[in-house]
Amino acid sequence: MTQTSRTLVTMPATAKKGEVIDIRIIVQHDMESGFRHTELGELIPRDIIREFVCTYNGEEIFRADLHPAIAANPMIMFSTIATESGTLEFNWKGDNDYASSTSGKITVT
Amino acid sequence: MMPLKLFTCFMVALFGLSGIVFAESFGADRQSGYALMSKQTQAMQDDPLQNPATFWLLDGQTIWEQKAGKKDVSCAGCHGDAEQSMKGVAASFPKIVNKTLLNLEGRINLCRTEHQQALPFKHESKSQLSIATYVGSQSRGMPIAIEKTPEISPHLEAGQNIFEQRMGQLNLSCAQCHAERAGLKLAGNTIPQAHPTGYPIYRLEWQSVGSLERRLRNCMTGVRAEPFAFDSQEIVDLELYLMWRARGMLVETPAVRP
Repeated sequence: MTQTSRTLVTMPATAKKGEVIDIRIIVQHDMESGFRHTELGELIPRDIIREFVCTYNGEEIFRADLHPAIAANPMIMFSTIATESGTLEFNWKGDNDYASSTSGKITVT
Repeated sequence: MMPLKLFTCFMVALFGLSGIVFAESFGADRQSGYALMSKQTQAMQDDPLQNPATFWLLDGQTIWEQKAGKKDVSCAGCHGDAEQSMKGVAASFPKIVNKTLLNLEGRINLCRTEHQQALPFKHESKSQLSIATYVGSQSRGMPIAIEKTPEISPHLEAGQNIFEQRMGQLNLSCAQCHAERAGLKLAGNTIPQAHPTGYPIYRLEWQSVGSLERRLRNCMTGVRAEPFAFDSQEIVDLELYLMWRARGMLVETPAVRP
């Protein structure tokens, strides 16, 4: 069964052509490291996001690999250059068939 | 030296005799833990798009609108729009309901078992924290409004006794750190005044949202005491005392704390 979760995106709705824009995204995820135990001593299996990819009008502009030591509800901030109006797509993939995606629109003048 | 010592003795005697005077004298200098946080953590709390508790808040909104239990009714089914009906509600809890002192989580569970005929939410479960965060956030920016009525007085007194009671292997009371030594350092961190203004909080150390009960149990483990059980009379009394002590301060739910 595919798991998904909520996401929050902060990015400008408009920008001038050639301007550097900041993008900030958080995704809801426990990022269970796989090193913790329950009160009864059983190992809690690893359940983390493994990969984040951002595409700008279909072209990949940012990619990140995530690891067990990364905090829950990970926030990623990066910047890019506003080249044309269109859509930025954000995709996360992880353990146990986890997949989330969201997108944001930008108008470039 | 001598007059100062005498003065200290006098003050100790005075405060010893009347704990209420002690708590009230705290009044004007009260400060939320927010003031002790780094600018980055403050920004995280202030911006809903950065505050991870927003996820719990949105989940809570979903639960608010979801039908549940044998009665197949949602919170919204009776209470309507939470932004109207729940405005200021969390700021007045813990409260006496049917002669029992209940905190917000306890009140929500009462609604679940009585009016929805559903199973109560488990302590610290995502569902419980989410709905408490959603209801709590409707009081954001409003002053904590606990009034000292004859009904709650015995609970307030019991809560204050617990606050001032030494406990655990370290033999410390809440008051010794959070009233008498607030603002000083403990292991490099500034000791906060322990005003529960923003619960449920997103605590970075927990990597999750947690309730005031979890925080209190946490502190008790810290002084090597056996924590009060969830929903025990002691813990709700203590919650009431802390909220009363913070009366008039503004609700920050959902707050972020390190």
